[in-house]
Amino acid sequence: MSALQQSHRISRDPTKQSDQSASLDLDDIQHFLMSRPPARAARYEFLAFKTGSEGRAWLTGLIDKVGTASVVGSSLLDARWVTVGFTWNGLQMLGVDDASLATFPEEFRQGMAARAGVLGTTGANHPDHWVGGLASPNLHAIVVLFARDVAERERCRQEHANYLKQRDGVKLLSALDLEAIPPFDYAHEHFGYRDRLSQPVIEGTGVEPTPGSGPPIKPGEFFLGYPDEEGPAAGLPQPETLSRNGSYVAYLRMEEHVGAFRDFLRAHGETPEQQELIAAKLMGRWRSGAPLVLAPDKDDPKLGADSQRNNDFNYAKMDPHGYGCPLGAHIRRMNPRDTAVNMNRRKMIRRGGTYGPPLPEGVPDDGTERGIAAFVGCASLVRQFEFAMNVWANDPNFHELGNERDPIFGTQDGTFDMTIPKRPIRKKIKGLPAFTTIRAGAYFFLPGIRALRYLASLSDGL
Amino acid sequence: MATVAPATPSTPKERDWTKPQAMAIPKEGYFKLQDGRYGPVYPRTPACYGFTLIAKIKPGREDAIRAYGKTIEKAIADLPEALATLKLHYLRWVLFDIGKDTYFMYQGIFDTDFDKYTEDAVALFTKLGVNTTFENLEGFPEDWKTNVPAFVKFVREHQCPSFLEYGEYPFVTADEIKKALKLKAAFADMLDLMQ
Ligand code: HEM
Repeated sequence: MSALQQSHRISRDPTKQSDQSASLDLDDIQHFLMSRPPARAARYEFLAFKTGSEGRAWLTGLIDKVGTASVVGSSLLDARWVTVGFTWNGLQMLGVDDASLATFPEEFRQGMAARAGVLGTTGANHPDHWVGGLASPNLHAIVVLFARDVAERERCRQEHANYLKQRDGVKLLSALDLEAIPPFDYAHEHFGYRDRLSQPVIEGTGVEPTPGSGPPIKPGEFFLGYPDEEGPAAGLPQPETLSRNGSYVAYLRMEEHVGAFRDFLRAHGETPEQQELIAAKLMGRWRSGAPLVLAPDKDDPKLGADSQRNNDFNYAKMDPHGYGCPLGAHIRRMNPRDTAVNMNRRKMIRRGGTYGPPLPEGVPDDGTERGIAAFVGCASLVRQFEFAMNVWANDPNFHELGNERDPIFGTQDGTFDMTIPKRPIRKKIKGLPAFTTIRAGAYFFLPGIRALRYLASLSDGL
Repeated sequence: MATVAPATPSTPKERDWTKPQAMAIPKEGYFKLQDGRYGPVYPRTPACYGFTLIAKIKPGREDAIRAYGKTIEKAIADLPEALATLKLHYLRWVLFDIGKDTYFMYQGIFDTDFDKYTEDAVALFTKLGVNTTFENLEGFPEDWKTNVPAFVKFVREHQCPSFLEYGEYPFVTADEIKKALKLKAAFADMLDLMQ
């Protein structure tokens, strides 16, 4: 989930696309969950509307800048990619009427902060401590800007600032700047793990899943108005003009405590090799990306970098007891593969990047905030994102582990453990510290382009 | 009504299977309000997790519901693992009359918090035709196949929480029981081999 270096393009070759793709409305879907532009910098702006008319006027001027799934990736000359989303309060502010607002799902209406109990974001992760005004009902919209480089990001920042100067009634609540961390030749985050190795492929996009990634997932799992893994689209928010081609995203700003993470590795491993192994056990992959199921004893950087091999594994058959990848490791929780049922209904598309300066190796933590600011995209927050948080990340008894949570980003307060199965006797690390803290979060709806025009055309209540 | 909820007695240390245990449960069905994805989470008791749904059936549908008993018997005979995901101990289906009305009671005892695997359960019920039985109940949402929240709402509205649950071997899971029986069988085999 570090910033975006790898381009991820949708095939334009019509012979490669299945029938379903004919119906994927690429001109209307925002590119965000569909394609990953080659960006090294980003900026998220969180906005509040003083009035509906000001919000609509602002949106009207922005619609043409929003990148669609058909445009993004089609030109190598592009330098910036824009996405817009709204909270439920934001939709209300823009003039969506009560009857229509009531057709949005409960969890989206409540917003992420109100769902803290469900998500398990308690203690230091609780919305009371969130920054940037994101837990406030005044959060109405987000603009996500991905830029080819920092210079382009700065140009766009200025342009939007100038635009906002003309729009008195639209206030910048807060913003976050993101940059990829060097080396830029592969995606990785502040702890040093290679990222973006496993992701769902959407049916009809012509993208070929890498070995082990399973078949393409029905588009209705990510975009409203399409068949999903259970059948035809149903229960869409009304009117359909507003919901069709839209998606939900859960935003999380997660600080990474790099100093604490490195101290932990040193405390539990005497040699650099042992420390690498501990890091791998927490994640389920070596920092090189090599999966523990395929490389249980020794790192294999070539395997980690080889997309034809690095996702080609399962758990039930290849590592049922977790001697390679512990049952509670991050990737084994976030995608239990063949050890869970209905997995195709729990898929998530991850987007986002790293923020804050990297902490050089061998240097004590400087107290600067650094981490990952990420989006989880789906068609149902309660079934996909909230399930992952509630059951996979924060249920202490997941996989009958008894007293454990996700070691990377579960809510940790020193009272949970991590079991590392090993013959003859398993190792248990008691009182895992928190390596991450959730500093902000929100639920957004990313409407399709027609829906954006519909929103811009509304008027204030009758 | 406003009684102070006692702390839940089911801390892990007290989960001793050798000591039968009873637990009185407040009227709400839980000790401390804990949010699940679809509403309050009900506690694990000495008799495991469970639900008791009671709903009035549509007039004249009693035979249709009884007939489903056979359908489900066959479904499980053909595919014994069909319900494995739900980590069940028992299901009980009962029909009874109050005055002129007939009611359906559906009681399930299982090892996972139902809120966690709600969608998996709905998918399974759909596959096995359990929900088709529910169509004979008054107030069951017609669009249940595609509207999980409406299905869940119906279930929650018809859930009657226990006020007392008892376990002769409290908090033991079905998996643990099966493991113990397997071990016993293995021992018996071993003793046979040693003859
Ligand atoms: C600071 C917090 C986090 C860090 C450092 C982190 C890091 C990683 C890394 C390095 C991988 C392995 C690369 C890959 O398999 O693609 C991974 C996989 C994954 N993560 Fe995270 N992650 C974080 C939070 C989250 C959150 C909040 C979610 C969703 C709720 C999530 C969901 C996933 C999923 C679905 C996978 C893929 C698992 C698979 O398919 O095998 N992660 N994460």
